[in-house]
Amino acid sequence: MLLEVRDLQVEFRTRDGVAKAVNGVNYSVDEGETLAVLGESGSGKSVTAQAVMGILDVPPGKITGGEILFRGKDLLKFKEEERRKVRGAEMAMIFQDALSSLNPVLSVGDQLGEMFVVHKGMSRKDARAKAVELMERVRIPAAKERVRDYPHQFSGGMRQRIMIAMALALEPALIIADEPTTALDVTVQAQVMDLLAELQRELNMGLILITHDLGVVADVADKIAVMYAGRIVESAPVHDIYKAPAHPYTRGLLDSIPRLDQKGQELYAIKGLPPNLMHIPPGCAFNPRCPMAQDVCRTDEPELYEVDQHRGSACHFWRECLNG
Amino acid sequence: MVESTGQAGSTVEPILEVTGLVKHYPLTQGILFKKQVGAVKAVDGVDFTLGRGETLGIVGESGCGKSTVAKMLVNLERPTEGSIKFKGEDISKMSGRALKAARRNIQMVFQDPYTSLNPRMTVGDIIGEPYEIHPEVAPKGDRRKRVQDLLDVVGLNPEYINRYPHQFSGGQRQRIGIARGLALRPEVIVADEPVSALDVSVQAQVINLLDRLQDEFDLSYVFIAHDLSIVRHISDRVGVMYLGRIVEIGKDEEIYDHPTHPYTQALLSAVPVPDPDAREHRERIILSGDVPSPTNIPSGCRFRTRCWKAQERCSLEVPLLAVPAEFRLASGPAAHDSACHFAEEKTVVPPEATPGDLGNGAE
Repeated sequence: MLLEVRDLQVEFRTRDGVAKAVNGVNYSVDEGETLAVLGESGSGKSVTAQAVMGILDVPPGKITGGEILFRGKDLLKFKEEERRKVRGAEMAMIFQDALSSLNPVLSVGDQLGEMFVVHKGMSRKDARAKAVELMERVRIPAAKERVRDYPHQFSGGMRQRIMIAMALALEPALIIADEPTTALDVTVQAQVMDLLAELQRELNMGLILITHDLGVVADVADKIAVMYAGRIVESAPVHDIYKAPAHPYTRGLLDSIPRLDQKGQELYAIKGLPPNLMHIPPGCAFNPRCPMAQDVCRTDEPELYEVDQHRGSACHFWRECLNG
Repeated sequence: MVESTGQAGSTVEPILEVTGLVKHYPLTQGILFKKQVGAVKAVDGVDFTLGRGETLGIVGESGCGKSTVAKMLVNLERPTEGSIKFKGEDISKMSGRALKAARRNIQMVFQDPYTSLNPRMTVGDIIGEPYEIHPEVAPKGDRRKRVQDLLDVVGLNPEYINRYPHQFSGGQRQRIGIARGLALRPEVIVADEPVSALDVSVQAQVINLLDRLQDEFDLSYVFIAHDLSIVRHISDRVGVMYLGRIVEIGKDEEIYDHPTHPYTQALLSAVPVPDPDAREHRERIILSGDVPSPTNIPSGCRFRTRCWKAQERCSLEVPLLAVPAEFRLASGPAAHDSACHFAEEKTVVPPEATPGDLGNGAE
């Protein structure tokens, strides 16, 4: 297994108390595989990714438990210097907002080349040539001329391509893409997702795709982990989850997508709001919003029950949910 | 020029008629003597009508001018050319008292519930502020009660009247924004991306609220968004904008199931479908390149630089928004306004790919 996250726990200590952002997350991704992590804001999907990359803000953040095994070695036991070598070279991240993730006062060529200067000790000139090569690879037209341009001179889609180029620079084994297309328009989103999927196939990378868009997930993912209040509530191969969700939250998300046959009717809406992470409800965190909740849900926290060999659901009533 | 077939049949009495709407922002050079060197053609000739009680969805990508249209509708921007008629009267030429009265009837709900509410005002003051400007709507002693009623209408606890915006979640804030929009009992609401800043599970709540309010208060909506499935759910008719113009407009099933403009087809085909089985048998049209700059709009058809059908005629002749000749005699759903010389019907969203029976039946 390329990456395995085991029972990860992350807290944020704030003035108002301790926010439990990640409460025992398990997931894994193999080479050439795409794992989609699905969740709303505050579900802990990005924090988990930051912990894996080792870019969590510490403090206020703190990893209080668990393991992050990369090729079998626990990254949390690494010293910062060792971690640095892994970051960029072995695993890389693509962020949502390319404009604020790129340095506005350096040309894109300098920023792309920097990877090779720092990690590979290349000369500036060679690094520049590498930068052009990368830009061609992500299909930026007229790469040779544009290598001297600054981020603001590129359109949103082109900037996101540069982010992808930067992540791919050292041919990492794992890419974490945090909402890579959320800021883009649909037609450009399709271009960028296609490119990402193609490069992943070509380089046989593992891809963790963090998103809230059920459509994007259905398009590219092999398996899905659905997060809610810092936990994985359902994990399954992509086809299974869309056919028959085994958790009421997943079901609610799928049902709240407007459907043709429902036009003119009320949309299904999950009632209420996601919980405050400082006061996660006892029992199942989803119970106050759940249409299936029973007494046991308010007292006992459900474990991730095994639905079948490849599927898990953290719901006491997953069988009922699965059967509608 | 507008034929009777045109304007894609809103059959009800029109409450809003927009004709030839243009907004150009001048680009100037020089400090002492400013001279105009060009213009950002944000909106470049838009026509549509909105019927009473109807919802018109406007979709398009960023920079297509949809938000500028919204601003002109509520008179936050003055059009460079064209007219906006509310019940037959052109509000874009009004001033003074007449303008103030007209504005009351067209209100806006903004996209970002975080920045569109003043953080230093209580919810009561925010929702009640319109009454300061239009005191004739509610006498002073009555206002607090009205605000509480509005809170109740949008599904918030009326006791929250003294709270501040930061004490609310995104979805609740959007409800506050909607309550403010309703305060003056307008007849038209212009909603500019009202749910795009919200989480998926909360989006549905707000959409349902807008739907309910429409029936309750007999509202007409102009609903602007980039999320095509949400627009379809809420709209009676849909207009697709590209680079400052409407390229195709019609009833929702005409646009979604029988699009004839290549841009609409590309846009629809690019929307990810929440059904992994659709992955294989879905045809996707991936457009090359980016939207051209609105300062330098291509000649002829503005979509031709990204269009796979473009021919010489497209660069010479601006296609008009009308029912294309080949469909003019037919009465089917393909016969709706589409600004393309080579319009042809193409079903891009296969009916079986719609997540029709999601979650029904375990097998």
